Amino acid sequence: MNDTSLFVILVSAILVNNFILSRFLGICPFLGVSKQVETAFGMGMAVTFVMSLASIITYLVEYLILVPLNIEYMQTIAFILVIASLVQLVEMVIQKSSPVLYQSLGVFLPLITTNCAVLGLTILNIQQEYSLIQTITHAIGAAIGFTLAIVLFAAIRERLELSHVPKVFKGFPIALITASLMSMAFLGFAGLV
Amino acid sequence: MNFESIIYPVVSLGGLGLVFGAGLAYASQKFAVEIDSRAIAIRDVLPGANCGGCGVPGCDSFAKAVAAGEAPVDGCPVGGPDCTQAIANIMGVEAGTSERKVAKVICNGDSTKCKDKFEYHGINDCVAASMVGGGGDKSCNYSCLGFGTCVKACQFDAIEIVDGRIAKIIPEKCTACGKCIEVCPKDVIDMVPYDQTVVITCNNKETGKVVRKKCEVACIACKLCVKSCPFDAIDFKNNLAFIDYEKCTQCFVCVEKCPTKAIEGDLERRKQAVINDDTCVGCTICKKHCPTEAIEGELKGKHKILAEKCIGCGVCEEKCPKKSIEMK
Repeated sequence: MNDTSLFVILVSAILVNNFILSRFLGICPFLGVSKQVETAFGMGMAVTFVMSLASIITYLVEYLILVPLNIEYMQTIAFILVIASLVQLVEMVIQKSSPVLYQSLGVFLPLITTNCAVLGLTILNIQQEYSLIQTITHAIGAAIGFTLAIVLFAAIRERLELSHVPKVFKGFPIALITASLMSMAFLGFAGLV
Repeated sequence: MNFESIIYPVVSLGGLGLVFGAGLAYASQKFAVEIDSRAIAIRDVLPGANCGGCGVPGCDSFAKAVAAGEAPVDGCPVGGPDCTQAIANIMGVEAGTSERKVAKVICNGDSTKCKDKFEYHGINDCVAASMVGGGGDKSCNYSCLGFGTCVKACQFDAIEIVDGRIAKIIPEKCTACGKCIEVCPKDVIDMVPYDQTVVITCNNKETGKVVRKKCEVACIACKLCVKSCPFDAIDFKNNLAFIDYEKCTQCFVCVEKCPTKAIEGDLERRKQAVINDDTCVGCTICKKHCPTEAIEGELKGKHKILAEKCIGCGVCEEKCPKKSIEMK
């Protein structure tokens, strides 16, 4: 069993191995739902919820069902099943509790289902041979990292809306350039852990 | 054969699926959101083309808007009267009869009738062509370019490019969604009532002297149609005649008079008034209203239609108190 300290796991997941900016997982919502800080934060919260629950359940599924039965090769499909169900649940909860957030998240909410950040997290947990506590820490770290990246990005994009951008760069081009610059900035954390 | 290797994954995954399914079913009841059931019902009667002809994106949004009272029940141009009626039933309101309209290309100047300014070899698209040489290769700046930008935009296969490179809209297929009007760079498509056969097929706003040199079938602003119309249904603006479709009785007089044949109308479809002798009481009302004096007969005698004078406008049919005149 991996015995990396919880603090290291947390910092690594948030900053060094940020899921979006270093691992390039979950790019779709990163670009799609980052026009407003508010919705970006909502998306971050939804992903946080799905990530934390998904990693606990997939951990249990892996070590209570897949390993004893010797069917670890079913990992991907079983995990996707877990994530898809969770996303459905989140969708229902958000629709009930916050229709405004539901409207603004739009199609990206069901897309968390196929969000590789969530699946990537659950599979990484197993690959790193984390314990349950470490898994949860890793999940929270990854979720904070995701939220941090998407909210920062949204804040930059909100400012870009008001600034003078050459016509050819308007919209997605400048967003992609911003994302790459952010990614490079996060490279500065490499070697921290 | 090792059955365990099949049974284990099937049972475990199936079990997981069942558990999650049950959980979701429970959650869906617990977190159920009430959606206006009328919106769902309306969505079911809409055509589902998601064309946006109603002004909101997609049939789903339109259904929601109608249910919320933000859109009219007859807002869907594609579904037609049946759809409107169905929506009205769901909403519990009167439908009101809206006349069916179709798009119509108001230009007849194909390449044999309208002279070219130059030979265009560019991209096969009206928007691209209209940017070259001051508005396209045709000498008339108001004409249909015939590269079929509207054909590509039409979701219902209702437009075709016919010989001589000009767009023709098939009225039976047209749903009046308005997409072609939106994309046409020349604004040469207009909405006309489906039953309207008399249409001015020219869009040129130049004077007769200028336009004559360019196109054989253009409106040369002679105003003959305006003067000859028995019902004052033709108006004149910007060197171009306009038919007021509400006043037009489709008598085809303007079609006959137009020297350049810029008014379209199938003379074969012209009707004739026929008087039913059994019910005619000889009141002379029809005679008084006939714009061409095509009815003769004395008071209390049977009336007769003079076939060579009758223009088939249908005024007498409308005015006859005994309903003894029929248009055939």
